[in-house]
Amino acid sequence: MGDIKQELKSKIIEQLNLEDVTVDEIADNDPLFGDGLGLDSIDALELIVMLDKDYGIKLSDPKEGKKIFESIETMANYITANKTK
Amino acid sequence: MSKVYISSVASISSQRTFDNSEFLDEIIDHDDTVLSVVDPNYKDYIPPAAARRMAKGIKMGVVASKIALQEAELENVDAIITGTGLGCTVDSEKFVSALIDNDEQYLTPTSFIQSTHNTVGGQIALGLGCKGYNFTYVHASISFESALLDAQLQLENDEASTILVGGVDESGDHTVKIHRLINHIKKEKVKSSSLFKSKTKGAVFSEGANFFVLSNSKKNGAYAELGAVATYNTLAKEDLNEALTVFLKENHLDIDDIDILVMGNNGDVAFDGWYHELSDGSFKNTPQVAFKHLCGEFYTASAFGTWLAAKMIKAQRVPEIVKLNKEATTQINTVLLYNQYRGENHSFTLLHKC
Amino acid sequence: MNKGIAITGMGIISAIGNNVEENYSALISGKTGVSKISQIATIHKNAIKVGEIDLTNEQLEAQLGLTPDNNYSRTALLGAIAAKQAVANAQITNMKDYRTGLVSSTSVGGMDMTEKYFYQYLEDEAVQKYIDGHHAGDSTQKIAQQLGIDKSLVTTISTACSSAANAIMFGARLIKSGKLDRVIVGGSDCLSKFTINGFKTLMILSDTDNTPFDENRKGLNLGEAAAFLVLESDEAVRAGNKKVLAYVKGYGNANDAHHQTASSENGDGATLAMEKALKVAGMQPEDIDYINAHGTATANNDLSEGRAFQRIFGHKTPDFSSTKPYTGHTLAAAGGIEAVYAVLALQNNTIYPNLNFETPMKEFNLVPQTQTKEKELNTVLSNSLGFGGNCSTVIFSKKP
Repeated sequence: MGDIKQELKSKIIEQLNLEDVTVDEIADNDPLFGDGLGLDSIDALELIVMLDKDYGIKLSDPKEGKKIFESIETMANYITANKTK
Repeated sequence: MSKVYISSVASISSQRTFDNSEFLDEIIDHDDTVLSVVDPNYKDYIPPAAARRMAKGIKMGVVASKIALQEAELENVDAIITGTGLGCTVDSEKFVSALIDNDEQYLTPTSFIQSTHNTVGGQIALGLGCKGYNFTYVHASISFESALLDAQLQLENDEASTILVGGVDESGDHTVKIHRLINHIKKEKVKSSSLFKSKTKGAVFSEGANFFVLSNSKKNGAYAELGAVATYNTLAKEDLNEALTVFLKENHLDIDDIDILVMGNNGDVAFDGWYHELSDGSFKNTPQVAFKHLCGEFYTASAFGTWLAAKMIKAQRVPEIVKLNKEATTQINTVLLYNQYRGENHSFTLLHKC
Repeated sequence: MNKGIAITGMGIISAIGNNVEENYSALISGKTGVSKISQIATIHKNAIKVGEIDLTNEQLEAQLGLTPDNNYSRTALLGAIAAKQAVANAQITNMKDYRTGLVSSTSVGGMDMTEKYFYQYLEDEAVQKYIDGHHAGDSTQKIAQQLGIDKSLVTTISTACSSAANAIMFGARLIKSGKLDRVIVGGSDCLSKFTINGFKTLMILSDTDNTPFDENRKGLNLGEAAAFLVLESDEAVRAGNKKVLAYVKGYGNANDAHHQTASSENGDGATLAMEKALKVAGMQPEDIDYINAHGTATANNDLSEGRAFQRIFGHKTPDFSSTKPYTGHTLAAAGGIEAVYAVLALQNNTIYPNLNFETPMKEFNLVPQTQTKEKELNTVLSNSLGFGGNCSTVIFSKKP
């Protein structure tokens, strides 16, 4: 679990080009959207592709992402439970 | 009809032009076939969260718009009109290559969103919260002039009182590569200072963003009055003089009234002939100026020419580096700009001292 | 600034027909052009439906009499065909008798060829002719050449899905200001893998037929089309004793300044565009008899546009429908084909059904017209709303 969280943090920073953020600055329960990391709906679409490409999880409705992408914690839990690769 | 003034300027080019307190004081004598811009510190103008998705062209456009607004002392404008010949080339290339390389799978939206031609205009509006008129013209070497004409018509008719107008194009690796194949880019490196003596085919490609605030009231520090803009999709060499005579007549001017002729020569032996029609003909005794040896060639390079003309009028000075002949003028009251690319999409722009 | 600009000709090619008559007959008989994709090899072919024009590039080239060494993108081919129809319809025989210009629009330009030959360019000289056809102005230059417009004002607008509406707007401005006497305006966009995959990444493509303003809408279908109008000054109309099809009465463009791709939930941009257009037309909201909505059937657009209707028209929104279920969303061309549909609606006093509608949206009580309806129409409002927050409205009328 710890590994996947670290992995997600660095992937998010790289994929979303968060140049001024480091892995250590993202806490597991920080909100990723809005006031937290400040991600937006375009980032959510990027994360949906990441789920598909890296973990074999397909979401068909972007709304499903809302709960999953709440924080690193929720993402890690969802991926652990649903990953197919 | 209201008069139209250039209230402020901003230029990001292959020379150090982003600082408005300077005027080509130090020249970079490039020696290449493709140039890049001298970057301002984009981070001084764009917060990291906003900049993280922006390719260079968007950054250049956004920062140039900010410099122009700052100089005009404006927080916002009534309209934003952008010209771009190739649009957001870098993101377009990125999305196409990803599409092909990954067989249409696992594509992400960012480069697609950013690839749209009106991205720069939209991003400027988003940054300013500007809900006004927002157009983007994309017609090769008259993209900027179309934007300029649209702005002029609206300001003359008091449909707007301040308009941000700009031209922006960025270089993309693949675009450069394939334009080399069709010899639109020179084969041999050439120094900026000897570009017009090169006698070879093709141009030195580049990129840039040149933005202006136009207003229908004359502000302190205004650069020039925008007299007229005209564009022509085609113009044979032998028709150029006639078209220009008609244009000048419509504006109640004679050749003698033109204090400086600014031309878009790019050192392409196959297409500079159009400029020679004027420089060796009817404008032989007029002071002549060129600019593409400084900024390189791109579809909105003529916006750099407009920047140069505006700066010369305000400073009442012609930098040595841009002079094409020895003719001199004591007063810079009226400047005519002529530009075309590869014999197509010609434009005349008139600026007056104000 | 209150006089209308005369429309004296129009031409169109879309998924529901290769000319004006075919388009009109499909519209009133409720015949859709949306189907499975056949001309582009894409891995998404079973997951999406599109509004595709049946003709191949070779057939289009033959129609235009082009030689095999031509470097026309499909955008240029479609545009040239529609623009030539418009000029013929306006019975223009001599381009030189008036100062005539062309304002076209496109979002993909020559991307269809770029994506086909992207890497092949590097090794195959035979396809390199298309390199210079990539930029958005190229299709317009070719259309101008096909029409015999030279030494004149020819330009291109690209503001995503509002492009052609904006071309109409700039054309009208050029005539009002006396820069031109006559201007051909419109837009052209062909289907491409670029746009199919782009919209796919935004997750706003429907896997079935699009259903504008329906509670259960699933997104848009893309389409390809081209359409052009001939606009003429009063003097040109009078001197040529021209038949006027309708007038461009008002127009407005505004920016939502909310998000790069999505519209604001309260429809700020669309509201401002409609307000401006009404003002230019010198009209009140109750003067509008029919709205041809942008209505793409994405969750976001229809909510935003619907809210804007309510802000402008209160509880009295006029009859409205979206024709996207017929043609798909034709991007830059949408404002052009829908301008043709607006003029046809005025000419025939007929409102087209909003196909595929079943359930009203829960956010408001707005129900589009679902049957072909005959009704005296004097004024039609057409919306085109796009990426980058770009919102445009054009108002067409029977009277100047």
